[in-house]
Amino acid sequence: MEKAISITENPFAKTNGRGKDVKETAVVGLTQTAVVLIIAILVIILGIIIYQGRTKFSWEFISSFPTDGMTQGGIFPALIGTFILVIVMSIAAVPFGTITAIYLTEYAHENSKFAAAVRFSIRTLAVVPSIIFGLFGLGFFIQFVGTGMDSAFNDGQLRWGQPNILWASLTMALLTLPVIIVSVEEALKTIPRELREASLALGATKWQTIKHVVFPGSISGIMTGTILAVSRGAGEVAPILFTGAAYYLATLPGSLSDQFMNLGYHVYIMSTQSSDVEKTMPIQFATTLVLLILTLSLNLVAVIIRSRIRRKAK
Amino acid sequence: MRDIKIQVNDLSLYYGEKKALKEISMQIPANKVTALIGPSGCGKSTFLRCINRMNDLIPSVKITGELLVEGIDIYDKNVDVVNIRKKIGMVFQKSNPFPKSIYENIAYGPRINGIKDKTQLDEIVETSLRQAAIWDELKDRLGDSALGLSGGQQQRLCIARTLAVSPDIILMDEPASALDPISTSKIEELVHELKEQYTIIIVTHNMQQAARTSDHTAFFYMGELIEMGKTNTIFTKPEKKQTEDYITGRFG
Repeated sequence: MEKAISITENPFAKTNGRGKDVKETAVVGLTQTAVVLIIAILVIILGIIIYQGRTKFSWEFISSFPTDGMTQGGIFPALIGTFILVIVMSIAAVPFGTITAIYLTEYAHENSKFAAAVRFSIRTLAVVPSIIFGLFGLGFFIQFVGTGMDSAFNDGQLRWGQPNILWASLTMALLTLPVIIVSVEEALKTIPRELREASLALGATKWQTIKHVVFPGSISGIMTGTILAVSRGAGEVAPILFTGAAYYLATLPGSLSDQFMNLGYHVYIMSTQSSDVEKTMPIQFATTLVLLILTLSLNLVAVIIRSRIRRKAK
Repeated sequence: MRDIKIQVNDLSLYYGEKKALKEISMQIPANKVTALIGPSGCGKSTFLRCINRMNDLIPSVKITGELLVEGIDIYDKNVDVVNIRKKIGMVFQKSNPFPKSIYENIAYGPRINGIKDKTQLDEIVETSLRQAAIWDELKDRLGDSALGLSGGQQQRLCIARTLAVSPDIILMDEPASALDPISTSKIEELVHELKEQYTIIIVTHNMQQAARTSDHTAFFYMGELIEMGKTNTIFTKPEKKQTEDYITGRFG
């Protein structure tokens, strides 16, 4: 028995009320505007810096010392100071952060109160304003640890009880620790349970499993974390304000107890405390450009590694 | 039954409050294949993972009762779980080769046991792959990544990897459930050959597989061991009604 189906009313017809369409258009318009605005801001910032900094930006600028009361010359010591800072910082923060992450993902029990406390501390550490780290560094590293070291090993002579590269780097390490811990944790979690079980079922201990299976699989994640931390550390100024950054040094630092110049700090002092702010404007922009290139390229590398991990995890 | 390899006495397992295994008692004979069958969630895999203490990895699990391997309670405080797992190998449902070369996959176990000598490792790799009947397929590509192998080859590689630490007992958790019929029959043949030297316990969903490969069969239902006996008997004249219903496909 066949019977024609008759449609009296189109069930797929557009709804009559126009109000829905208007809302839809408004939401799409709003989101698009927001996106355009953000891109515009970025383009303007980068545009101004590149445009203003380009005249001064050169190999010579990067490789020479400032001259004429810092109104001429380059930023070589600030660049080197920044490098030393992030290297010492990484040496301190990467192993410490990695070990913490290994503890949290591999050893801590799911409902361990201690692990929960550690996680809470890390989250809190991540939102502490960077200037607070600077003050902490001054109070703890310089006045407490440094002064203590001087009176213990240096007959009370002043060496460690003042701002220097070591204290600035350690302060910066504290600031970047959460970044490292979180990215290493993420990387460790991408190693599937099946692989851990395979290793354990062969009679491997937990540590052997971590060392031979989990760790090699997450090495790129650890690198991502390190790079992100380094780029954060390269750009931050507040933590090193009181802990080691110098206004001007005629020579490169020779030991960890020396002060150092720093790119971010250089921009800050050039724009606020220079003898002639107007005259040094090109230097400020060019320094900013160097700093931007440095941090953006580091971030780019991190993004590339991270996307590789994601692809591998699938 | 003579030559009892594993003796289980009143073994119960709890996930938190939930009792997943209820007073299991059984004897598993040496150098035979014992199949564990039952519907999903009946506890057969959980029970299998008790035998090499894989359930230790789940924090909420609590186990009572005894599980004796050659007369030694493996849940005793003085027993090192690492030594248990060296003696009791496991092949998983989903093949899980390490993202390393074929050679490194096999050499992994011996290496963590401290074998460093290259010739000795070479020898173990070859013997293990031969035992797993995959040597001829792989001998020319030992340096290739194990992840490039087909599913069936990966699973046989995992069996070879288990053999490389020379266990006595091999636990297999639905080793062929993700494989095509040809790979499945290869695994089954392998199980048949391996029982000469090893005690094998295999969890399977596939009734024919249990019938084909095993000497003894244990039927689990709702966390209880309903019936265990010679595979022939279980499949032709089961004592319990539940077993019969399951085997004839009336539920499960």
